[in-house]
Amino acid sequence: MTKSYKTKGSLIGAFLRGSKRFFVAGALFSALTALTDLINPQIIRFTVDSVIGEKTPNLPAGVQTLLEQVGGLGVLKKSLWQIALVVILVALVGAVFRYVNRLANAGGAERLVKTMRDMLFTHIEKLPFAWLSKNDTGDLIQRCTSDVETVKRFLSEQLTSLFRIVVLIVLALFFMWGISPALTTAAAVFIPIIVLYSLLFHNGLQKTFRKADEEEGALSQVAQENLTGVRVVRAFGRERQEKDKFEKQNDIYTAAYMKLSVLLSAFWSVGDGISGLQVLTVVLYGAVLATRGQITAGDYIAFISYNAMISWPVRQLGRVISQMSKAGVSVDRIWYIMQGQEETDLPEAKPAPMDQDITFDHVSFRYGEDLPWVLKNVSFTVKAHTTLGILGSTGSGKSTAMLLLDRLYELPKENGTIRIGGVDIREIKKEWLRQNIGLVLQEPHLFSRTLADNIAITQPVTRMEEVEEAAQTACLTETVSGFAKGYETFVGERGVTLSGGQKQRTAIARMLLGRPPVMVFDDSLSAVDTETDAKIRKALLEGAGAEGLPLPSTRAAEGSPLPSTGAAAGSTLPETAKAAATPTMILISHRVTTLMECDKILVLHGGEVKEFGTHEELLKKNGIYRQIYDIQNSGRQESEGVNQPSPEQENVEKSTVSEAGGKEGSGHE
Amino acid sequence: MNENEKTVRLPWFGIPKVLPYAKKYAKLIVIMMLLGALTSVIDSAFPLFHRYALNHYVGEGVLDTVAVFAALYVGILLVQVAANFISTYLSSKVELGVGRDLKNAAFTHLQTLSFSYFNQNSVGYVHARVMSDTDLIGTLLSWRIMDFVWNFSYIVCVFVVMLTINRSLAFVLLMLVPIAALFIALFQKKLIGLNRKVREINSRITGNFNEGITGAQTIRTLVIEEKIGREFEKDTEDMRCTAVRSAHVSALFVSVVTLLSSIALALVLWQGGQLTREAVMEIGTLSVFMSYAIGIMDPIQYLIEMFTAIIQTQANIERFTTLMGTQPDVKDTPEVLEKYGDVFTPKKENWEDLSGDITFEDVSFRYPDGEELVLDHFTLHVPKGTSVAIVGETGAGKSTLVNLVCRFYEPTKGRVLIDGRDARERSQLWLHSHIGYVLQSPHLFSGSVRDNMRYGKPDATDEEIWAALALVSADEVVRRMGDGLSSEVGEGGSLLSTGEKQLISFARAIIADPAILVLDEATSSIDTVTEKAIQEAVGKVIRGRTSFMVAHRLSTVVDADVILAVRDGKIVEMGRHEELMARNGYYSHLFRQQYEESEQKVAFARGV
Repeated sequence: MTKSYKTKGSLIGAFLRGSKRFFVAGALFSALTALTDLINPQIIRFTVDSVIGEKTPNLPAGVQTLLEQVGGLGVLKKSLWQIALVVILVALVGAVFRYVNRLANAGGAERLVKTMRDMLFTHIEKLPFAWLSKNDTGDLIQRCTSDVETVKRFLSEQLTSLFRIVVLIVLALFFMWGISPALTTAAAVFIPIIVLYSLLFHNGLQKTFRKADEEEGALSQVAQENLTGVRVVRAFGRERQEKDKFEKQNDIYTAAYMKLSVLLSAFWSVGDGISGLQVLTVVLYGAVLATRGQITAGDYIAFISYNAMISWPVRQLGRVISQMSKAGVSVDRIWYIMQGQEETDLPEAKPAPMDQDITFDHVSFRYGEDLPWVLKNVSFTVKAHTTLGILGSTGSGKSTAMLLLDRLYELPKENGTIRIGGVDIREIKKEWLRQNIGLVLQEPHLFSRTLADNIAITQPVTRMEEVEEAAQTACLTETVSGFAKGYETFVGERGVTLSGGQKQRTAIARMLLGRPPVMVFDDSLSAVDTETDAKIRKALLEGAGAEGLPLPSTRAAEGSPLPSTGAAAGSTLPETAKAAATPTMILISHRVTTLMECDKILVLHGGEVKEFGTHEELLKKNGIYRQIYDIQNSGRQESEGVNQPSPEQENVEKSTVSEAGGKEGSGHE
Repeated sequence: MNENEKTVRLPWFGIPKVLPYAKKYAKLIVIMMLLGALTSVIDSAFPLFHRYALNHYVGEGVLDTVAVFAALYVGILLVQVAANFISTYLSSKVELGVGRDLKNAAFTHLQTLSFSYFNQNSVGYVHARVMSDTDLIGTLLSWRIMDFVWNFSYIVCVFVVMLTINRSLAFVLLMLVPIAALFIALFQKKLIGLNRKVREINSRITGNFNEGITGAQTIRTLVIEEKIGREFEKDTEDMRCTAVRSAHVSALFVSVVTLLSSIALALVLWQGGQLTREAVMEIGTLSVFMSYAIGIMDPIQYLIEMFTAIIQTQANIERFTTLMGTQPDVKDTPEVLEKYGDVFTPKKENWEDLSGDITFEDVSFRYPDGEELVLDHFTLHVPKGTSVAIVGETGAGKSTLVNLVCRFYEPTKGRVLIDGRDARERSQLWLHSHIGYVLQSPHLFSGSVRDNMRYGKPDATDEEIWAALALVSADEVVRRMGDGLSSEVGEGGSLLSTGEKQLISFARAIIADPAILVLDEATSSIDTVTEKAIQEAVGKVIRGRTSFMVAHRLSTVVDADVILAVRDGKIVEMGRHEELMARNGYYSHLFRQQYEESEQKVAFARGV
């Protein structure tokens, strides 16, 4: 668990860890760069007045000594190339400073943004699932990407350019003051005017900006809806109305941006005008001072250069300041994520043996204070190494029970207890618990990488044979061989799209590779057909050992001897070893054929346990299970005239259909 | 996916392809260019004021012409401010105008394209063509032209002035230009590549965030947080390295460019200083040269940046013209267009009624992007008022027949007859105006309930709307929304549940009293009450209409006049419910499975 941040300041401090020194170096070199940039006008001033002209130079002591060592002013007068060389040398030093400054800034900025992203991602991966499902994914991603970008820009661009601009202006004014205090005053009078003008303008512009942004969003939405609803548009013949709607919004959008553009054009033009007047003031007043003999030609040229150097930064200042206000909002939005409480374990939590009985003891649960109860006082026990089948309709709470078992939602203390081998799961380390419970969801998430990488994702190192074995158990081999690239096929957005059943089987293979002693299938065979369903279950129960996939009782018992020979089927193993290798399974399904093979069956409805017992017991009970059994059986009898389908029967059925396909396809009626 | 660049390389960066869109703004563009040139002339002339001030006021120590000087300066400044304002205003106008026209053209063209296009190109891809390519092309035809004119003319003016006042010194600077240009171009090329890489990694990181959040449940259950986190940190490290490398190149670039202008200054100081010292040149002239030496690098840099931008916009132009060049697969013939009008200007006075008798006559069909025939010499007569149910597993290709009825696709061979005449003899819009269509995932448009209902019938009165809603029992839903027909449904109908959206889309489909009804039933689970309401609604709306139902619900299937069972895209069985059940084939297998699931729900309902 990472430490929590009490204030936004401490969060920003944490973000800046590792990049601060880069920014400090950047600032230092930014000041040095400004300083070297400001030397040139001094050289020009000296050259014009004392080398070309005849004025006695008024040089700093160091430079004076240096000058005398090269032979005094006379040498320079004869060979001006030496001055050119000085200019280039200064420029070279300046270029190095500038390079270091930029590199340090970029290095800092990129380190900063990496730290921010890593911290956010790591934190998000530690947030409880409940927190994430409460928040909109798109919005969270927005916070992690564009808000991060805004904060980065604030710290690495806006703050540094503010610093650079202020340093440059201060230094330039200092040099200008050295030439002529009166002229500097005249030039500087304009600075607050320009900054204020720009600041006020940009602040006033924000509403227009927002409006233009909104209209763009609206236009984008019209296009988006049209494209996603293209079938509706066509089927209702609404092309013309859609066109009109788009063109109308397009006009509004264009007008909004036009308004913004006009304002910006006016702003820049007027800004040009003000700057021009400032230059004129300096030129004329400088001329006056020159005629009075208060400044020389060199002074005049240098001063004009300095003035030109600060004119653009001064104009930028207002904009930079006005943009900085946006960063605050972004910091708030990131702060929101960082404040989410990470998942925790009790301090005394530890690993516990997992090949034990699983007990739900008076468990009740609801997703929120004001929401209805999803589970009501649910109690049952799954004996170790046995299989429990759960039957329940949508909203019966069956999935919730499994999420609680895996501690994806935390069961409040007062709402009952779930135990494994008598140990409260709250006292078991979360990581341990989840590693040892193989939970396969109904709609599992596959990662955008290859099939092999997906299956082996839980493993640090995997042999290809293991992947193939797991895939075989999950009846995935045939699917894989259908792909040109086999296990190297890329899954997801940038690759092939798998069907629901293929995804489920991939997820099962993925789970198998972890060899958990407890396996939970949350309706995760719903999208595969009955035959495959049966085949997978059979392979899971008895074939695991035979296929060289030993299922260790728990990881704690890693050292204990395990059935690992690939030669013998599970049935030939000694009885005890077989029991130890058999996982405890919980199967959620609506198929009676699946459920009836389970050791115990639980019927959940409306969050309550309605029936619990073996297949025979429940049949005798004449309740919901019996009814569903009868219905599903009668359906089968009606269509097949037999009680239970044998594999052969299913095959026959399949071939009939394909035969029919051949006939029907070629012309009917 | 087709979107991975099926574009053609165009000559001249593709610019000739988009020039027609600029034609409307030709006059504005010319004025904009002239004014741009004017401002660059003025900008390059300002140093001459300094020259005069230096030579005359500072050099000779007199202030005799100050008033004229100031007046002239202010006058030119005003001209420049005005020219600046007007030219930037015009640039914006052209930029936004061209952008708007291109967007309209792209959007309008998309309205005529066939489904095969939308099946092959994702919404995001097409959306970007409409929204962002057009903007970039607009910028190309306005600001890029403007930038080019200003920078180019500035460079020319500067050299003209320099050559006029001192030829040899001007040549010294002129020599530097190609060297600088070469340097800048090399750096730019390097930077483009690096920046592309930065963008790629950036989108990978966004994808990681997406996966880390949407896959959270799976990540937690597999306990792979650390692994995923490590991989994420590898990507961000990759990002940092590439970005720093890019920053390194651009830092080097900026440093070299400033160094170059210092070299130019040094040359001027050396050569020009000598000339001034020998009194061949005045001090003011030296100052002008120094200003130019420092000022010339930026325009060179901008010019090259502009070329880079043009090269980058080429890809946008190519994608845009590819879109505009895409022809619809299904097209009305000129004769049909002549009589019935096109989608934007229908000639409704020539439209016949449609009674709803449909015949598939020896139809063979292959999807444009597919290889296999999914219909092979298929013949079926659907008399007026018949209900046809199409069943099969998800993804089996149940929509094919519906697509042909709606003429979203045309048969590869054979004919579809509507009221005895080939569907191609009349316009698509005519056909669509007689079809009511309910999508599997109901799609509502943002706006009010009324707006959405009028989608089915533009001139529908509130009474008609309420009547249609009541027919499918959707009126209760709307009343509950608080604002009646004016209630907003949210983006894509997001303020309503799936079942509610479905009911409203039913009402929308029947409000115009269509002769043909196409229903693509939802597979997603909805609560029992809504499901019952929808079942009843289906029963009501298909009465008296020719209907095609891609069916998932038993009641609709059992009562259908013809059931088609589809497997792997092909029709494998056809007949009434009893016949197919007796046959004990694929349909009965499907039926049994569905029956079990639905009866299970009933059993639970009873069991409580």
